[in-house]
Amino acid sequence: MPASNDLRRRIVVTIAAFGAIAAAACLAAPLVGTTPIALSRVFDRSIPFADNVDAQVFFIARLPRVLAALLVGSSLAVAGVVFQAFLRNPLASPDTLGLSTGATLGAVVVITFHIDATMFGVSAVPVASFVGSSIALAIVYAMSVARRHGTSSTVLLLAGVALSAFFGALNRLVQVVGDFTDTFRAIRWMMGSLDVGSYTDVVVALVPMGAALAAIAALPRVLDLVSLGAAAAESRGVDVRRAERLALVSASVLTGSAVSLGGPIPFVGIIVPHIVRLIVGADHRLVLPASALFGGSFLIVCDVVARVAFGPAGMPVGAVTALLGGPFFLWLLFRRFR
Amino acid sequence: MLAAHGVSFAYDRGAPLVLDGVSLSIERGGIVGLIGPNGSGKTTMLRLLSGTLKPASGRVTLDGADVGALSRRHLARRIAVVPQDTHSAFDFTALEIVLMGRYPHLSAFELEGATDLSIARDALAATGTIGLEARPFATLSGGEKQRVVIASALAQASDVLLLDEPTASLDPGFQLEIAALLLRLNRERGVTMAVSTHDLNLAATLCSDLVLLKGGRAIAAGATRDVLTRENVRILYGVDADVADHPRAGHLIVVPLARVE
Repeated sequence: MPASNDLRRRIVVTIAAFGAIAAAACLAAPLVGTTPIALSRVFDRSIPFADNVDAQVFFIARLPRVLAALLVGSSLAVAGVVFQAFLRNPLASPDTLGLSTGATLGAVVVITFHIDATMFGVSAVPVASFVGSSIALAIVYAMSVARRHGTSSTVLLLAGVALSAFFGALNRLVQVVGDFTDTFRAIRWMMGSLDVGSYTDVVVALVPMGAALAAIAALPRVLDLVSLGAAAAESRGVDVRRAERLALVSASVLTGSAVSLGGPIPFVGIIVPHIVRLIVGADHRLVLPASALFGGSFLIVCDVVARVAFGPAGMPVGAVTALLGGPFFLWLLFRRFR
Repeated sequence: MLAAHGVSFAYDRGAPLVLDGVSLSIERGGIVGLIGPNGSGKTTMLRLLSGTLKPASGRVTLDGADVGALSRRHLARRIAVVPQDTHSAFDFTALEIVLMGRYPHLSAFELEGATDLSIARDALAATGTIGLEARPFATLSGGEKQRVVIASALAQASDVLLLDEPTASLDPGFQLEIAALLLRLNRERGVTMAVSTHDLNLAATLCSDLVLLKGGRAIAAGATRDVLTRENVRILYGVDADVADHPRAGHLIVVPLARVE
């Protein structure tokens, strides 16, 4: 059983193992597709890049998409871990709290109405996604602090259901108002696709995601303690208010950035942390890095399935995660409330 | 050592005071009981003492220093809290729960070392739960959970333990077990405690001193033998009760007989 004197070793082993899985996924996923390529030729330095079709397909056509999947999967999984600890409920996630729908609404408004303004060279879509997810978070958070004798996470999850329905309705309203082609673009985007055009999109998303992940990386022990309740954490020396603000805003940034990069991709924030806890246990010093790495790997694999398993037209990756996640979520509920 | 000086508190501005000018003091090595009816302010008093709530007026001091001026980490090294129930959202083992008590002694990225582990095991042994260390906390019985949470508070190595109705959700067997454990920790390790409880017999067993709270005011305070009287029980709860020495129990016992108001 876990004894803390080998905690350091367990952290190293966990990061190494899940890191190896993520690295393998990043290398293998670009090999899959309609044009067959070989890894040996991709990294064959004797062929100049301009003549190396395999390397071009690998690095230009496919790798950006794989990296996008890595970032989006990591972000959604880590956001899920944060919400689950602070709300003390393994069913909390960007989806169930309404943050994803909020982010989606923000992005759809920008896409449909051609708000092409850029702020500091950043496209309006990620900003709008972050604003949308933050509005949802602010509503959910206001409900949680309004209840001063501890947060009822059931209430928050129900609030998330109501918010999702409400934002969903606003979203449809925007589509009715928008003209046909804009609405089509928005609907296409909403299906969830990691088909990013270039490395630029990935790098642009990496900046806010990296900052949010770094902030959360300082908090794994706090997540352990708050999962026993805010009062228990405070009495053991955690400044809960401060940690909560930092963690929840960071998780909202992660959700907004992930949605703006890949569209709404449901259930990653629930499936990944749950599987990870089954493997590494409850300690967030293991759960957090493992979820970040496994979340990326999971979404890379889902995206490969989406690209190839349903004919050449492909399928939105969000549909693949929903097909897996829906039954998984029901199974979790079933186990929990049996 | 830990004292409240005329503290008042309301949860919202303009709301009725939950506590109204209460003073009390907890001396080193003592066990002070807070008793009173529902809504009398016992839990609020403990939260003020632990510094998680700030008084609207009055002061809470720890060795003379204002508790509000101390950092959460510093406070956690001096004061530990045992709530009525503890639930974990995730499958932590009993040992992992106890190790969380070491949090205020470690820096941000420091992992628990051999010393922390031996302190945690010592706390498990002191509460008779060493055999449970690898068990998932969620699978323990109510009494076992409460003992593990007390062990976690011991691992915090604080001077004072604040317990909020520590036996309220336990059956009589576990109630006695927790009471015996707390007495032993007080005698053998000199742990200072403040305990809120509805159980007057537990208070009589455990506490050297009592503070009687009603409607947010302290109506009496002093040595248990002096303030746990038939008259005070009537004032507190509106209940006619026999209060007498019990030869086999070796302390006062309270037998509620009838409601008089």
